[in-house]
Amino acid sequence: MLLSHILNLSAKIDNRAGVMKEKLLSALRGQKADYIEIRLDESSSSRLIFRGDRLEEAGRSSSTGGNVRALVRGGWGFVSFNNLDKLTEHVSLAIEQARHVGKEESKFSPVTPVNDIVEASFKKNPLEISLAAKKRLLDEYNQLMLGTPEIQTTSISYGDSKKKVALATSEGTYIEQNRIDLNLRLSAIASRDGDVQQVGLSIGSKGDFSTVENLQEEARDIARRAVALLSAPRVKGGTYTIVLDPILAGVFVHEAFGHLSEADHIYENPQLREVMVLGRRFGGKHLNIVDGAAVPGYRGSYKYDDEGTPATKTYLIKEGVLNSRLHSRETAARMVENPTGNARAINYTFPPIVRMTNTYIEPCATTFKDMISGIKEGVYAKDWYGGTTSLEMFTFSAGEAYMIRDGKIAEMIKPVVLSGNVFTTLDNIDAIGNDLDMNQGGGCGKAGQSPLPVSNGSPHIRIRNCLVGGK
Amino acid sequence: MERILSIARKLAEAAEVFQVSSRRTPVQFEANRLKQIQTKESTSTALRLVKNGKVGFAQASGVIEPEELVKMALDTSQFGYEVNFEFPSSQSYGHVEVYDQDVQQISIDSMVSLGETVIKAVCDNTPSIICEGSVSHGTATFSIANTSGASARYKRTNSGISIDGMLVRNGDILYVGDIRTSCHPVMDHESITLEIIRQLDLARNNATIKSGTYPVIFTPYGVSGALIAPLISALSGKMVLDGASPLKDKKGQTVLDNKFSFSDDPTLPFQPGSTPFDDEGITARKNTLINHGCITQFYYDLHIASLAGVTSTGNGNRNGGMPSPAPHALVIDGGDRSLQDMVKDVREGLIIEQLMGAEQGNILNGDFSGNVLLGYKIENGEITGRVKDTMVFGNVYQLLKEISALGNDSRWIGGYVETPSIYCPAISVSSK
Repeated sequence: MLLSHILNLSAKIDNRAGVMKEKLLSALRGQKADYIEIRLDESSSSRLIFRGDRLEEAGRSSSTGGNVRALVRGGWGFVSFNNLDKLTEHVSLAIEQARHVGKEESKFSPVTPVNDIVEASFKKNPLEISLAAKKRLLDEYNQLMLGTPEIQTTSISYGDSKKKVALATSEGTYIEQNRIDLNLRLSAIASRDGDVQQVGLSIGSKGDFSTVENLQEEARDIARRAVALLSAPRVKGGTYTIVLDPILAGVFVHEAFGHLSEADHIYENPQLREVMVLGRRFGGKHLNIVDGAAVPGYRGSYKYDDEGTPATKTYLIKEGVLNSRLHSRETAARMVENPTGNARAINYTFPPIVRMTNTYIEPCATTFKDMISGIKEGVYAKDWYGGTTSLEMFTFSAGEAYMIRDGKIAEMIKPVVLSGNVFTTLDNIDAIGNDLDMNQGGGCGKAGQSPLPVSNGSPHIRIRNCLVGGK
Repeated sequence: MERILSIARKLAEAAEVFQVSSRRTPVQFEANRLKQIQTKESTSTALRLVKNGKVGFAQASGVIEPEELVKMALDTSQFGYEVNFEFPSSQSYGHVEVYDQDVQQISIDSMVSLGETVIKAVCDNTPSIICEGSVSHGTATFSIANTSGASARYKRTNSGISIDGMLVRNGDILYVGDIRTSCHPVMDHESITLEIIRQLDLARNNATIKSGTYPVIFTPYGVSGALIAPLISALSGKMVLDGASPLKDKKGQTVLDNKFSFSDDPTLPFQPGSTPFDDEGITARKNTLINHGCITQFYYDLHIASLAGVTSTGNGNRNGGMPSPAPHALVIDGGDRSLQDMVKDVREGLIIEQLMGAEQGNILNGDFSGNVLLGYKIENGEITGRVKDTMVFGNVYQLLKEISALGNDSRWIGGYVETPSIYCPAISVSSK
């Protein structure tokens, strides 16, 4: 029943597609602004949430809506709506609002208009798997975690979605992009004598259900680790040499440098433009940091961004030196650089802003063994719980951590929150591993738009003199 | 709504429709000037039904055929939890003032002028600062109807201003900012300007603090950013039911300083979190969660209350899905000490205004750890400057077990929590 229902739904979307193109382009005809875009979204999603042995939510949702964004003399108007019937009025309102704002010359990098339809790519389509089968799989993981002694409860959330976005611009571009996204979070919560500890696992994928299958061993492992944390000591706060695993190093590069590379923070700030001048050295010659939606196969991958700019692969840092940054068409024009295809909107209720896609540190040659061998006392931090940045200072937290003593991994400690400063911490990376791995389990938040699908990654890295919070 | 309910009534034992329609107009500023005017309209409809004793749920943003929404909800009901509660019946809800028609009369020009006035005053104080932010107003209509006979609707207005400033100075980046919200029109430029300038003045010089244990004062922003999340997690009826709350067996016990009282009050007039009924149609009411340090109440929605064998406290909240327990508008009772007076009391210590990363620790057992994004050093009773590259670590239950003083400076942060400054004798500080 479920399967047939989904097929019906897709028939409905496809049916409207041809009509939609004409409808959008006609709403743009004859309108006077420096640039106008119309975006329409259709999406459907399902989710399953467990708390302990209760299935707390099995829900489905659908969403239809759109927006118009207009640029007049450097000012923007933006109108979002659910009712698709009054497109012309929405366009007029957006232009009127933009006129109210605009007082200078518009700057907006040109891109070649395209007509394209991009189908969703997937290996094992989660939408073709019944809710019953998904529930069975999650039940199994849940029982494995709950069966571990001293596990108090668990939390599991699974969601998948299918989304079609149509973009029409006053330059004649019409693009339809389809994507399927899925994510799973498993958490095991252990409790003893009023102490409560948790360990989680987050997995995301651009439409491949097999990434959330066969996680039985991982489910057992996070439950065991949550219990082990109850008796783990807490690290003493201070500065340490730290080694980050590829997952946490990916979160590190996202927070420590990725956000500062987003040109919308910089383009209208003369002081920050001086600080972030291309050619400035941030790290050693071994450090290369990349972002790009053109890197295929990850959650941050796409063909065009939400302003119709083709995706690229951008070296943010090349051999330790600031090489380039992430742009929308407006930030690129104002900084006289090239657009990089990084303007993204989480859904139709927001305008596109500069965002990361797939961000990673390129691998070098150091083996893990060599990386830890010279460390007398340090911290090995793995997996992630969260991260945040103020551009200059940032924090990121590990899901799992161990002391390193005399070159060897020693006792497990309670998870740590680490902190750094972009102007010193990147330069303190003194070893980069040979084992690049990408993490797809996270979502990025910026300006109220969260969680945006991104991926990030790195090989193992070693950082000297890193601040660790603790007693 | 009526159509959805009447179709669902035929196919299920019970059903409930919840709808929110809103229109909001944010005016946005970037780089000290007006950048964008927005109009945002949205409607979402959620259907919860009971079929063969089990719950089904579906939700739609935008247009959807009622038949399709009902079918989606029925699809999920085969997996739903067993329902052991009833939707509330027809009743009259008390009046809670959350609507001010003057909000609808706010012109774009007056919003632009409010933002520009604040930004100009901040730039006059500190010429190289770059401000961004927004001024917005809006109206939302909340409707609920169910097969037990309840049918209710209310409108809530919302007005607000949020301005942030970024100052780059000798390789340092300093953030300052403030938010004001109300159901009345927010037109006052002075209080937000003074708050931002206060932060700039205190952060004008840099100061350092050595690793160690120090007295700490959390300003209202500091309290809301560092201490609230672990408390509301532990007081949630769901966390208590699951055994994941460190307070699960502490009801009736005094576990915090007796100066500390904490409540959830959705009946306060013209607060953005206020409401006459929750998202399940249960009358919203003031719940005192912690009274003079004693745990008095956990908060519940219908479902969790039915599992815990208690009644809903009117805290059913929908955040893009099925109802779940959540507070509406939190209040920490204020004290009688001025901030200045508390600062005078400290020989060497820290004021925490913004803590970055606080929510990344193990919130479940009350731990918080973060980088002091905005905070000041106190030496011999005086604020000497801003501390940077400094981390603090604490546990909210240990920290609030002994409170030196509560400030007389209670204020709302983002319409979500009202709190005074809180002065505690000891927090762990790590710095470079």
